[in-house]
Amino acid sequence: MAVDAHHAGHAVDHSKPLELSTEEGELKILGFWFFLAQDMILFACLFATYIIMHNHTAGGPTSMQLFDVPGFVAETLILLTSSFTYGLATFEMRRNRLKGMITWMVITALLGMSFVGLEVNEFIHYATTGAMISRSGFLSAFFTLVGTHGAHVTLGIFWMISIMVQLYKKGLNPVTARKAFIVGLYWHFLDIVWVFIFSVVYLPGVMK
Amino acid sequence: MDKHAEAKFPWSHVIGYILSLVLTIIALVAGLNHMASLVALMTIILILAAIQILVQLFFFMHITEKHGPRYNVITLIVAFTFTFAIIGGSIWIMAFSQVSS
Repeated sequence: MAVDAHHAGHAVDHSKPLELSTEEGELKILGFWFFLAQDMILFACLFATYIIMHNHTAGGPTSMQLFDVPGFVAETLILLTSSFTYGLATFEMRRNRLKGMITWMVITALLGMSFVGLEVNEFIHYATTGAMISRSGFLSAFFTLVGTHGAHVTLGIFWMISIMVQLYKKGLNPVTARKAFIVGLYWHFLDIVWVFIFSVVYLPGVMK
Repeated sequence: MDKHAEAKFPWSHVIGYILSLVLTIIALVAGLNHMASLVALMTIILILAAIQILVQLFFFMHITEKHGPRYNVITLIVAFTFTFAIIGGSIWIMAFSQVSS
């Protein structure tokens, strides 16, 4: 185990991946797992509300009438693919290949943008048919849950772009590697949340 | 160096991606074709979703990689416990209110 102290006075352990090579990096990544745990509890509350509100349509549109199968399948496939492409960015980071890493991050951000675009389109379509957030308990719960996820993805895109700028300017070091790894955790977490939106909201919404 | 540095091709990522697609397609086909009763279908879909979580955690989020005590795994187990308590508890208590009303 080779340990030196060239980076800002912190011990760097070269036997570990770059993002875990300093104690600071390891602690900050662990701290981000704590954040994900509490974010999961936020989504748990929104899911619980949605499950209870699902049939409370107050005479307004039901999930059966609203949800469009090709639309939510496309959103699902795009998000699953973007999680994979970010995985490849992490893979390239581990091989110390900055160019490949940034390329996969750009692809991930573009997939994220097309996901948000589809979702905004879907929401606008619902709103024009009279399915607004204030129409029923079902729609309030639906827009709050899916909208909170969409807001997370939007934030993730801006965050990812800012990390790409830092990587481009400063190259790969324990600090930028840690930041890129944390955005990746966030992105994969959002994919997990979406899998549950697909499994609990959209798919049961069109089954009867 | 880390063992990932020597890998030429991201096999684990590709396997994770294929698994996530297959799981989604099974859920979709089973759900849209009403291949079982509603309760059985929901059980199948939720089991598939749980496997999806494991795929993301192991293939993409490198959960097993932490050196030293696995505090991230402990945190995650606590969060899953709260998640099930909130969702399961809400459904349970609301089932009572529907009976009484």
